[in-house]
Amino acid sequence: MTGYVSLSAWDLGLASLLVFANAGLSLALRLDLHGRLLIAAARMVAQLSLMGLVLVTLFALVSPWWTALAALVMVGFAGREAAARQDRPLTGWWSYGIGTTSMMTAATLVTVFALTTALRPDPWYDPRYAIPLLGMVLGNTMTGVSLGLNGLATGLVTRRAGVEARLMLGASRHEALRPVVRAALRNAMMPIVNAMSATGVVSLPGMMTGQILGGVAPAEAVKYQILIMFLIAGGTGIGAVTAVLGGSWRLTDHRHRLRLDRIGG
Amino acid sequence: MLEVVNLRRSGLAPVSLSLAAGECVAVQGPSGAGKSLMLRAIADLDVNDGEVSLDGVGRDAVSGPQWRRQVGYVPAEPGWWADRVGEHFRDWAALLPWAERLLLPAEAAAWPMTRPSTGERCRLALLRALEMAPRMLLLDEPTAALDPLATAAVEALVGERVAAGLGVLWVTHDAVQAARVAGRILRISQGRLE
Repeated sequence: MTGYVSLSAWDLGLASLLVFANAGLSLALRLDLHGRLLIAAARMVAQLSLMGLVLVTLFALVSPWWTALAALVMVGFAGREAAARQDRPLTGWWSYGIGTTSMMTAATLVTVFALTTALRPDPWYDPRYAIPLLGMVLGNTMTGVSLGLNGLATGLVTRRAGVEARLMLGASRHEALRPVVRAALRNAMMPIVNAMSATGVVSLPGMMTGQILGGVAPAEAVKYQILIMFLIAGGTGIGAVTAVLGGSWRLTDHRHRLRLDRIGG
Repeated sequence: MLEVVNLRRSGLAPVSLSLAAGECVAVQGPSGAGKSLMLRAIADLDVNDGEVSLDGVGRDAVSGPQWRRQVGYVPAEPGWWADRVGEHFRDWAALLPWAERLLLPAEAAAWPMTRPSTGERCRLALLRALEMAPRMLLLDEPTAALDPLATAAVEALVGERVAAGLGVLWVTHDAVQAARVAGRILRISQGRLE
């Protein structure tokens, strides 16, 4: 470590002028965005400050229970976000339930895998590693899960005639749904595939940039970034498959009927 | 052969009917009367209640796909899942004699799905359902989009299968056709079978 430049409130205030400049631009051009822009910026500051406080406490405690609780709250919020992104949500709590379950499965598997193999902090649940790792994996898994579920529901609605035609000819629900399931999974995996191929050429990932700015040697930061990308890819795959299979189970029934009545308005 | 007792579903009053092997029964009624809803319920494509059996074997004794292979349903607007016509059939070559009788050319298998007309699609869907060798066929306006020549071809082929033991429920708007193809006519109005 070569040390890092500590930021003062004054530095952040100066940078925030850029947001205010945007708001001014919105006023001048009548984009009608200034209100939402300022509220979003204020939310970001408040949420991150709160997260900072929570992290300070968690890092001081190093308790498996408090760490697990924080992880659970994060997964809960991710589930809400994934459910909110559905164009055609499932009725009842099913979008939230399937989204949360698949993200919990994927993020837990991948995070525990990384903590017990590559990173091995002592104790393994040390929140200093577990929470940031979970956050990175969760954010991307959420994208995969919500894209997968959305692709499934939209695909079944638009390709309903074709799917039902197969059912009418005696196909099982798995056979009948296969093309739609496949398209939904491709849809869900595309962002991470694209991100991996563009990383380092077009974009420098935020985590690596943050580490470098924080004084970590670039070569070390790169290794961490590669690890994170693998974890994200794994998490996205597990999450998307769980969510899409769960969704196709919910949108059919034991008589192998298509149940689009289980999609809400 | 087909025994339907107290079939209930949304949009339809309880339905009971029975149909013997080798019998063709026409179903008539105004649009929106529930004819398609009834066929879909018999094929177990929508949630429904009631006792439906084939040769005394209850529907619940077999899986949904097994049931639908025995009780084929051909909707008025059939769906397609692949890009080419031939991909919707298991063995197109074996079906050639029937395809010819339905005035469908042998090379239709190679057509992209965008090519067949509405009338050709209706006949392809009928052919596709016959390929399963079902015991029963539920036909929903199979000739509504056809010219007189193709209509006669469909009636002749279905009639021949009926003579060979196939049971058919044939929904049609055309009273003359109903009298021509069926031995018995059921009427549905406002979700009620009379």
